[in-house]
Amino acid sequence: MRLSSISTRYPVSPWSTPALVLFAIAITFVITAGPILLAGANPIAAYAEFVVIPLTSQFTLLEVLVSATPILFTGAAVAIAFRAGYWNIGAEGQLLLGAIAAAGVGTTVGDLPGIVALPAMLLGGAIAGAAWALLPALLRVRFGIDEVVTTLLLNPVALLLVNGLLHGPWRDPVTGFPESPRIAASAEFPALIDRSRLHLGFVIALVVIATAWYVIARTPAGLRLRAAGLSPHGARFAGINVSRTLIVAALASGAIAGLAGVSEVAGIQHRLTSGLSPGYGYTGIVVATLGTLTMGGVVLAALFLGDLTVGASTAARSLGIPSQLGAVVQGVLLLTVVALLTLRRGNSSRPVDAGPPAGESAEHEPAPTEGAVT
Amino acid sequence: MAGVPGSAPALELRGITKRFGDLVANRSVDFDVVGGEVHALLGENGAGKTTVMRIAYGLTHPDAGSVLVEGHEVAIRSPRDAIAAGIGMVTQHFSLVGPMSVAENLALGRASGLRLDLDAARRRAVHAAERFGIRVDPDARVADLSVGEQQRVEILKALARDCRILILDEPTAVLVPAEIEALFATLRSLLEEGLSVVFISHKLGEVRAISNRVSVLRQGQMIGTVAGSTDERELARMMVGRPMLGVERSAGAPAPSEAEPVLRIRDLRVDGAHGRPSVEDVSLGVRGGEILGVAGVSGNGQTELMAVLSGMRRPVAGTVSVGDLDLTGADPRQMTAARVGRIPEDRHASLIPDLSVAYNLVMERLDDFRHSGRIDERAIRAHADELIARFDIRASPDDRVAALSGGNIQKVLLARVLSRDPRVLVVSQPTRGLDVGATEYVRSQLLARRADGAAVLLVSEDLDELLALADRLIVLYEGRIVGEMSAQEADREQLGMLMAGRGRNP
Repeated sequence: MRLSSISTRYPVSPWSTPALVLFAIAITFVITAGPILLAGANPIAAYAEFVVIPLTSQFTLLEVLVSATPILFTGAAVAIAFRAGYWNIGAEGQLLLGAIAAAGVGTTVGDLPGIVALPAMLLGGAIAGAAWALLPALLRVRFGIDEVVTTLLLNPVALLLVNGLLHGPWRDPVTGFPESPRIAASAEFPALIDRSRLHLGFVIALVVIATAWYVIARTPAGLRLRAAGLSPHGARFAGINVSRTLIVAALASGAIAGLAGVSEVAGIQHRLTSGLSPGYGYTGIVVATLGTLTMGGVVLAALFLGDLTVGASTAARSLGIPSQLGAVVQGVLLLTVVALLTLRRGNSSRPVDAGPPAGESAEHEPAPTEGAVT
Repeated sequence: MAGVPGSAPALELRGITKRFGDLVANRSVDFDVVGGEVHALLGENGAGKTTVMRIAYGLTHPDAGSVLVEGHEVAIRSPRDAIAAGIGMVTQHFSLVGPMSVAENLALGRASGLRLDLDAARRRAVHAAERFGIRVDPDARVADLSVGEQQRVEILKALARDCRILILDEPTAVLVPAEIEALFATLRSLLEEGLSVVFISHKLGEVRAISNRVSVLRQGQMIGTVAGSTDERELARMMVGRPMLGVERSAGAPAPSEAEPVLRIRDLRVDGAHGRPSVEDVSLGVRGGEILGVAGVSGNGQTELMAVLSGMRRPVAGTVSVGDLDLTGADPRQMTAARVGRIPEDRHASLIPDLSVAYNLVMERLDDFRHSGRIDERAIRAHADELIARFDIRASPDDRVAALSGGNIQKVLLARVLSRDPRVLVVSQPTRGLDVGATEYVRSQLLARRADGAAVLLVSEDLDELLALADRLIVLYEGRIVGEMSAQEADREQLGMLMAGRGRNP
């Protein structure tokens, strides 16, 4: 009968998520054309340089993957927390703690073989990242203290901790530079391809993301996490322990961000430095948002931003424009995506042209595509 | 009371058509209301009555058709245009600012200039509340008010605006009979001043009591316009295309009155806003095979009582037990484990609207649908197919709950609860906002559980519902039980007095 056809269908939003992200990229290119022109370059040539050129040689292609590696970790970390409705802005600090732990383990495992040293370092980094994420999570579920503030404020604290160590006990005894001693050779991530910087961390990141996808999409725990994020009240009503879910999500997020720190120390720097992360934790928020909090989206977004990072530095050389333009493009892209997501959500909750709010009758608003799992 | 013959209607809609995707919500609908009349728009949920009036108020844009005010076509692109044209609307979903007081909310609708005179706003709120006979504390924070009280503020807000055409979307859903009468008296006095009222409803009694004319919409099409005095059977036939059946508890209640109560509450006390208890000294027992009705105006402790029985809130004092099991301060999981089925007034918030019907149906018992560590999608789907068929849910397992109609959302919740064979059912406002068919279905399900021996606590503001279903009634007023009676002895007038706080003291 007709009623059933009414109640079982609703118009799909014209702005599917991939379309929205592509549209955002187009808008971003239009907006950033201004600064590129000011820098004295042809915007079309600059975008080709940013996006296409890095994919044309093996060396730059591998560099794209190297650039994507840390933000694969932090993007996944942020996406997991956000999916649970826990707004972890502290991936940067958790990454630094992971890096500290990696350097600590890496410089003390000297004689142990890699088969022991590498897992010890990964475990240490994950635990350190999770520990850094624990306090804000407890404050949130116990006292309702906003984790956006607490996780954010712990980031500079983590950086101070790194600098304190580097200017104090861990200062390199040989050079006197504020850098830790080099980690043991057995603790370094092996390169995946000879004479490239692409290292084991890239594979570990993909394994972590595949695991996270499986847990979120296929297990009861993942469904509880999604439920808690989509409707905390409804989840609690159904008997789900929302507090525990949030804490677990926060710890998983912190652990994965910690692995990003391990990956940078063991794969790239081979020691703890204060300039270890140019804001990979914050870029993780960009990656998670661009990837619309799905693991497949995180992979695509991290690769795209990696592409952009490599492209910006080659463009700086070939076109003579500041490499910071890459960061400008990235920033504008984030703002555009967030604005479009907000507009889409606003269109569906604001009643104009969207029909009555769902639930009171059979006519329906365009569906926001939350809860999609890739 | 009708307008001057020959003059243009106050509001006229011509040929309104609105599609949502493939769905035609309104198919070339014509409607008009003249000065000094109440014109009811009657129809089931999903019939398109709300949509057509949202178009008149600028909340939705039509695909075709025009809006005329006093005979002149007006372009209504937003509620701002509608208000300027003298159209006001009270929607079902409130547009109140939660953290602000009632007075401040009323001031928002008419604020002008830079300075906000809160004392004047407060005086106006008190004045408006008196003038329209709607009791609201002007200093109360809106977020602390119950759903029913918030709706009263919404009605006040619309009435306080100087509109000539007032559209009320199911305004009485959360009012008790005495308040409905007061509202009707208010509307009648406004009519004498030449105001026009469009009254959206699916309640036949109300429509007949207040309307000069009734137009009936069914599946987006205008079925016809008849006089307000048309008899209920005829209106029901127009509305649902078939005569309405009554669902009522069988006479000769099976509940053995000497049996021990299954659900027992002793000296319960729950804290509310403003540091004052919202439930105090409440003791009651519900036996198996019995429906205990809880009557009262919303905001008198029902929400808090339900929250405790749902495991969502801890009482300050008192005990709750089911059989020999102490459930004082139990959480939702413990409540479910004790076979307490919970259907609270806010269905949306009790489900995960953005997840599928199938997932929502198993959300309380995910561990039963696990297969070697994974979600057993096949079993979840089979379970959903079974419940969808058994509870007549008009949806497919993969539909998001948010995309369902109110009646189907309620059926999803009902199916989740009843499929677990609860021995205690706590239910609040189970048919609020549902159409005739869904209402009958929900009521018949509650009666079926009663026949199977479940103890049912039914909170409702709909006296007809309570009188039709409950074996015994208690009345809550300001958090206390102020009256108790068997349903057979209950009389409407006495109940109304108790609900309004004018009964004997406990």
